[in-house]
Amino acid sequence: MADKPRIKLPKEAAKGEVIQIKTLVSHVMESGQRKDAQGKTIPRKIINKFACEFNGKPVFSCGLEPAISANPYIQFDAKVDEAGTFKFSWTDDDGTVITAEEKIALKA
Amino acid sequence: MKAINRRQAFALGGGFVMLTLMPMGADAEVTNDAAKWIEKFTGGKQPAKGKISLDLPEIAENGNTVPLSINIESPMTAESYVKDVMIIADGNPNAGVATLSFTPLSGKAEASIRIRLATTQNVVAIAKMSDGSLFTEQKTVKVTIGGCGG
Repeated sequence: MADKPRIKLPKEAAKGEVIQIKTLVSHVMESGQRKDAQGKTIPRKIINKFACEFNGKPVFSCGLEPAISANPYIQFDAKVDEAGTFKFSWTDDDGTVITAEEKIALKA
Repeated sequence: MKAINRRQAFALGGGFVMLTLMPMGADAEVTNDAAKWIEKFTGGKQPAKGKISLDLPEIAENGNTVPLSINIESPMTAESYVKDVMIIADGNPNAGVATLSFTPLSGKAEASIRIRLATTQNVVAIAKMSDGSLFTEQKTVKVTIGGCGG
């Protein structure tokens, strides 16, 4: 686990433009439904929350349940009114948080 | 009127059997606590149809990753935007799939995720607007191989 999350967004955008952001993070997303070879239930371990903010303001967030596929892929949009930094965070059931940042500039 | 002959009688009988079996064959029964999730999200209010376009494959060969895209009609301004969207699968062990929260900064109320579906079932989306109104849409997905493991 804890590979660097993959994030795809344009390097720059026109003021007011709505851009698309694609994110992918490596995670087993163990559903808590599966059983191991001994018939014991494998405990649940998932990313239960994803959040994205831009210059400190929330853009999009998402509560995730075990019904989300392994290596959760999340795609959403964001409106860019100023240059700044997108901050992304994925919160694990065990409390660890995977974070990432991406900068975006305004088109001259 | 002519009395029905043997062949017609059989045809009729067959038709009747088909009819009685149909409701069971028409898959997608609710097998979990989906109603409770919906109730909690809507507060008992009845959502209206429309505004949402929910994109899912009609047949998913692999229930482990089923692509889901959702797009909700909204100006996405500070006055009027889509606040929360709940996605529910009514045939999974747990009904909840995801809750998406948008803001005016999202620009568009649009998102794509990949979900797990245990079996053929309905996927339901309910959107809550900033003014409190509710909209819903649902799609049936036929699943060939379930995605919840043994």
